[in-house]
Amino acid sequence: MRKFNRFMALSLTVAMAAASFAGCGDKTQDSTTAATTAATTKATDAGTDAGTDSTTTAAATPSGEGEGSVLNIQCWNEEFKSRVTDHYPGYTEVDATHGKIGDVDVVWTITPTDNNAYQNHLDEILPGNADAAADDKVDIFLMEADYALKYVNNDVSMPVADLGIADADIADQYQYTKDIVTSSDGKLKGLSWQACSAGLIYNRDAAAEVLGTEDPDAVQEFVKDWATFNTTAAKLKDAGYKVVSTVNDTYRVYSNNVSGPWVTDGKITIDANISQWVTDSKALVDAGETTTFGLWSDEWSAGFYPDGKVFSYFGPAWLINFCMAADTAGSIANSGRWGYTVGPQSFYWGGTWIAAANGTDNPTLVKDIMLTMTTDKAVLKEIVEKDSDCVNCPTLLNELAADTSFSSKILGGQNPYAMLAAGAEKVDMSNISAYDQGCNEEFQNAMTNYFDGKATLEEATDNFYKAVVEKYPELTY
Amino acid sequence: MEKQKKGNIVRFNRWGYYFLIPFIVVYLLFSFIPLIRTFYNSLFENYKSGLNQIGPNFVGFRNFVDIFKNGDMLKYFGNTLLMWIIGFIPQIFFSLLLGAWFTDPSLKLKCQRFFKTVIYLPNLIMASAFAMLFFTLFAGNDSGPINGLLISLKIIDEPFAFFKDVVAVRSLVGFMNFIMWFGNTTILLMAGMMGIDPALFEAAEVDGATATQVFFKITLPLLRPILVYVLMTSLIGGLQMFDVPQVLTNGKGDPNRSAMTLIMYLNRHISVSKNWGMGGALSVVLFFVTGALSLVVYKVSNGKKKDNSYK
Repeated sequence: MRKFNRFMALSLTVAMAAASFAGCGDKTQDSTTAATTAATTKATDAGTDAGTDSTTTAAATPSGEGEGSVLNIQCWNEEFKSRVTDHYPGYTEVDATHGKIGDVDVVWTITPTDNNAYQNHLDEILPGNADAAADDKVDIFLMEADYALKYVNNDVSMPVADLGIADADIADQYQYTKDIVTSSDGKLKGLSWQACSAGLIYNRDAAAEVLGTEDPDAVQEFVKDWATFNTTAAKLKDAGYKVVSTVNDTYRVYSNNVSGPWVTDGKITIDANISQWVTDSKALVDAGETTTFGLWSDEWSAGFYPDGKVFSYFGPAWLINFCMAADTAGSIANSGRWGYTVGPQSFYWGGTWIAAANGTDNPTLVKDIMLTMTTDKAVLKEIVEKDSDCVNCPTLLNELAADTSFSSKILGGQNPYAMLAAGAEKVDMSNISAYDQGCNEEFQNAMTNYFDGKATLEEATDNFYKAVVEKYPELTY
Repeated sequence: MEKQKKGNIVRFNRWGYYFLIPFIVVYLLFSFIPLIRTFYNSLFENYKSGLNQIGPNFVGFRNFVDIFKNGDMLKYFGNTLLMWIIGFIPQIFFSLLLGAWFTDPSLKLKCQRFFKTVIYLPNLIMASAFAMLFFTLFAGNDSGPINGLLISLKIIDEPFAFFKDVVAVRSLVGFMNFIMWFGNTTILLMAGMMGIDPALFEAAEVDGATATQVFFKITLPLLRPILVYVLMTSLIGGLQMFDVPQVLTNGKGDPNRSAMTLIMYLNRHISVSKNWGMGGALSVVLFFVTGALSLVVYKVSNGKKKDNSYK
């Protein structure tokens, strides 16, 4: 009996202790479930497109002999997934986060970028990718320009040359799209199907009312440099229009035309053109010609509708096509009343790069996806026609620019490709640094307080430095 | 015979220890070791730059020196305390009032159980969800329900940007903490009030004391130990204020970092750069501040017996 009691006590103890450890379960399992849930809730748009897929003809599986049976793709939204669903030959969609290419299961893990969640997720899984179980190995991950160098300058990404992609295969792409993803030792680590040169997207009705013209070249005269732009802003204010929705709209235009990177030798430098943004923006805000809300806020996107009374947005093709509520009746985009012009300075915004994760067990398939999605002219043409992306192919863009039959419905029949192609040539990525995302984000956050009158310029600048050092402790100012 | 009995007692005592094992193990693993590790980590330079791990390199007390030298911690300590006070004053006022009403037999309040449940309910909502709700309610444009309401009632003409105003943001944080915690405090105070000898109230009534006199001359003084306990636990909880301002200001603590609390500051060090050294140093400082406050609680509740010697 005594023995039994002892046994009971021991087993109870063990059971309790075990129960308290139950929380430390399989981490990957948890995050996959979470990602799936997140993706399912976000999949509303893609779900409607899924049925219209007509690319079931290609039966050949590009997967190599003895390669993995699961292709894991890490991304932060539906964009690339819908491109693959619509345009990659042989891809069939199973559900919101699963697909099939031949015998290979494709698994999409979508982690939103908010609060750095996407990068945190990559940081956690990529370094140990080579040792992960075959079905859990990440094969492809997507990157944005702002932080691409972080992964490019590290062994977690694989040089495209190692996949068997030759320079000749990718000769017809814009140089800047390669510069962004070239490591410090000169290895190209990713490819993009987009060339995200951007310009000024203006409200045609407002232009006609205030400037007396809605012709892109004529409107360009009113916004050709920052001084003229600011004079036009005053004119628009008198007619009840905000020149841009928020000061953060113009930020990228200034920050892309800097004369040096954010960080040199571990020291943070505020470029003269960035300071110019602060001066110009403060003047605009004080004059009531724009606001200080964040990009993507409800206040920012109010101008997608006529009642928002916003003259212009700065953005690339994807902003026009995906973000400006073109599907919603009553929006300016829906009635095709936006126009596109170059604006005060050339700039780029965004773009998605496809990178192969080191340790991938599907190199043949990864290579095929990268090449098909970024160099196959037929596919790129389809992407242009279906999604109106500005694709990373100078020859195609120039063809499109010359094609008089092409016109964008959202832009009121305008063909923006000549401007987009010219812009993409001008984009200069030589001043990119691995700290850009943190610096840009924190600089705008900090300066918002200055524009709102909640902090002096010194306080705001000081807060910017503090926030950056919190993110990157190795930097000084 | 005697000897055997004694042996039994000893054996029963042993059972007590057996049953304590799970707690001790869990405590050691999940509380004590992390605590020690935090102290240890605070002495190292240990963070991530991009994907590259820097350190850990032993740097002695440099992290502490850095924290005190740049002086931000004091500012955030002030923010935290201020937002706690904004929430605590209405909290203690309403809790005392409600507690007094609920425990007053002469009022014969109906549906007491119902109301006690209702005032406790806000505490059941997750703080972050609650903050998200307020974030949406007080959105700074026409689509914000509060702004919409105020405009349609003609109280204001233009939408008011709540989250760009120092007073508004701090008040909202305080208000949310008040709403979430006053039910809990009410129940604690009621327990204290019901512990007071009813004979004292009856005696006061016989002597012709008014309700106000009863409250200030009898209830409050006898409630002091509980009040101090409520104050101190609330202060310690207040110092660890995080989720409400974090979600409400999107982790920025704006305007101009005036709603940045100590734990939000800690979070900024560990969320992106995984700066365990700096984060550890901050936590250690916070540990000592909280520890000092706990000591006060301990002293006060130990002195309780003397206070109760009114008989």
